[in-house]
Amino acid sequence: MTNVEGMTTSKTPVPRRWLIWLCLLAGSVVMLLPLAWMILTSLKTFPETLADPPAWIPAHFQWGNYLTAIRGFEFSRYFANSVFVTVACIAGTLVSSCLTAYALVAYKVRGNNLVFGLLLATLMLPGQVTVIPLFRLYVGLHWINTFRPLIVPSWFGGNVFAMFLLRQFFLQIPRDYIEAARIDGASELRILATIFVPLAKPALLTIAVFTFIGTWNDLWGPLIYLYDEKLYTLPLGLMQFIGIAGNAQGTPWQLVMAVSTIMMIPVVIVFFLAQKRFIEGISAAGIKG
Amino acid sequence: MPSFIQSANLLPPRMDLDLQNALTPTPHPLEADPLPRSKSNTGAPAGISSPANRRRRWFHNDSAMFWLMMSPAILGFLTFSAGPMLSSLYLSCTKYDVVSSPRWVGVDNYLYLLRHDPAFWPSVKVTAVYAAVSVPLSLVIALLIAMLLNQRIFARNLFRTIFFLPTLLPATASGVVWVWIFDPTRGLLNHALASVGILGPAWMHSTTWALPALIIMSLWGFGGAMIIFLAGLQEVPRQLYEAAELDGAGSWNQFYHVTLPMISPVLFFNLVMGIIGALKAFDLAFVTSTAAGAGAGGPARATLFYTLNLYQKSFNYFHMGLGSAMAWMLFAAILLLTAINFVLGKRWVHTS
Repeated sequence: MTNVEGMTTSKTPVPRRWLIWLCLLAGSVVMLLPLAWMILTSLKTFPETLADPPAWIPAHFQWGNYLTAIRGFEFSRYFANSVFVTVACIAGTLVSSCLTAYALVAYKVRGNNLVFGLLLATLMLPGQVTVIPLFRLYVGLHWINTFRPLIVPSWFGGNVFAMFLLRQFFLQIPRDYIEAARIDGASELRILATIFVPLAKPALLTIAVFTFIGTWNDLWGPLIYLYDEKLYTLPLGLMQFIGIAGNAQGTPWQLVMAVSTIMMIPVVIVFFLAQKRFIEGISAAGIKG
Repeated sequence: MPSFIQSANLLPPRMDLDLQNALTPTPHPLEADPLPRSKSNTGAPAGISSPANRRRRWFHNDSAMFWLMMSPAILGFLTFSAGPMLSSLYLSCTKYDVVSSPRWVGVDNYLYLLRHDPAFWPSVKVTAVYAAVSVPLSLVIALLIAMLLNQRIFARNLFRTIFFLPTLLPATASGVVWVWIFDPTRGLLNHALASVGILGPAWMHSTTWALPALIIMSLWGFGGAMIIFLAGLQEVPRQLYEAAELDGAGSWNQFYHVTLPMISPVLFFNLVMGIIGALKAFDLAFVTSTAAGAGAGGPARATLFYTLNLYQKSFNYFHMGLGSAMAWMLFAAILLLTAINFVLGKRWVHTS
C-alpha cells in the first residue's frame, strides 16, 4: 500500500498530504455517520429514540431489540426466502454465463458477433419497459406469486453484464488450450468445466458477488411479482414493516433499525471478503465497457 | 444425444447458403471460417456412422455447438427482453388491465399522458430535476474523492472501502435511516442545523424540500463512479504529469490539460450510466416517501419519480396501457439522451 520510499519520492508536499488526509477523514466520517446512527438507534429503548436532543450512545445497549425484531416480524421466513432466491440466481447466472461466454469465445462462427451485440444491447433496455408484458406472461404461466419470475431469467442469460465480463476473461485464455483438449478427445463441456472454469475463478467470483448484491437488495422484482406475505424477501418484508410503521404514531424505530442492520450484515460481510472482486468488476465495467 | 445430432444436421444447409453469400467482397475476419466444415458434414460417406465418428463429427461442428450452447441465452433474450419490448409497444396502444384482454386505442394513451394526466408532467419534472442536480454533483464528488485517493497516503485502501461501501447497501435499509435523520423534529440533521442557529425545513414532509432531501441522500452513493474514476486515474501515465511539470504547468493546468483529457472516456461512461440510473431511480424515493408516512411519491407528488408514477399506474391502478406508454417514453428518453451524449462526447472525449 504505502511504502516509505514512495512517500518520500512522491511529488505531493507533506503539509498538503496531511490536508488531503484530513479531508478524506472528514469525508469518511460523513459517509459512516448514517450507518453509525442506524446501529446505535437499533440498540436504544423506545423513549431514547425520541429523546430531544438526540442522544448518540444509549444508556444500556438493548441487544434484546434484535430478538424482538426477529420474532415480531416474520424475519426468519423473509431471510430464508431471500437466501433461496439469491442462491438460485447466483447458480443460474454462473451456469448460464459460463455456457454463453464459452460459446462466444470458442466458436467463431457466422452470427457470433451479431448474437453478442444483440445480447449486449439489452443492457440499454430499462427493466420498466419489459415489466408489463412480463407480468402478463407470468400471469399466463401462473408464475405470479412464485419465485420463478425472480429466478428463471437468470438461468437464461438474464445477466448480460456477467456474460460480458466472463467473455472478456475467457478471451484471455489461449485458444490452443481448446484445440489441444479437443485433440485429446475431451468433450466441449469438459473443456469448459476443467480448463475454462478453473482459470476464470476470479471472474466467476466477481460475478457471484455482484449477483449476490443485486438479488439480495432487489426491491422492484419482489414488489411486482410477490403478493403472498409468506413469499416476501427481506426488502419487501422491511417495506411492509415500514408501511405499517410509517403511518402509525410511535413507530418503533429501534426495531426498524435492527431489521435494517441485520439486512445489511450479509452485504457488508460479502463486501469485506470480496472487496478486490468488487473493485475489479466495477473498474472493468468502466474501462473495458 | 440423437436430438443434438438432428439439430446439427439441420444447420448445414444454412451454412451452405452463408458460403454462397460469402462470395461478397469482405467477410469479417472472425466470421470467416477457414475450414468449411459443413461440406465434410453433409458430404460424409454414408458408411462411417459409428458412434465414435458421429461424436467427432459433432464436436467439430462449431456452428451447431455455438447455437446449442447459446440457445438458453437466445431463448431468454427472446422471451424476457426482445419479445416483451415489442409487446410493450403494442400494449402502449391499448387499454389493458390484466383481467380483460387488451383493447386497441391507438395513440390515446400517449395523448392522455401528455395532455391530461395530472401526474405525468410532475413526475417528469421531479425526475429531470433529480437527474440534472444529482448526476453532476455526484460526479464532481466522485472525481474529487478519487483524485484524493489517487495520492500515496496512509490508510488509502481503508478510505476507499469506506467511500464505496454505501453504494452496495440495500436502499430499503438505508432509506429508513435517512428518513429518521431527516425527520423534521427529532432528526439528527435538523438538530445539527439548530445548533448553528438554522431552523431546518420539514424535509420529507415538505413539498419544497422533499426532493432536495432525496438528492442529498442519493449523493451517498457516489462510490461506484468513484471506483471507476480511480481505475481511470491509475491508467494515466506518470510521465505525462512529469512532462507537464517540466513545461511549468501548475496543479490546475495539470488537471485541466492532462488528467481531464486522459480520463474523459471514464467520465463519459460515468455520465451516461449516471443519467440512465437517475432516469430509472425508484427504490430510494419509494422507500423514503413511504417511511416518512407521506405515501409513496408524496407529499403531493413532490417525490413522484417517473418510475414511481409508472409503477403506481401499472400495478396499483392496473392502467397497464398507460404504464406501457410511460415505459416507452422512458426508453425513448434514455435512447435520445444517450445518443446526444455520444454526439456531444465526440467533441470532448479523448480517444487515444
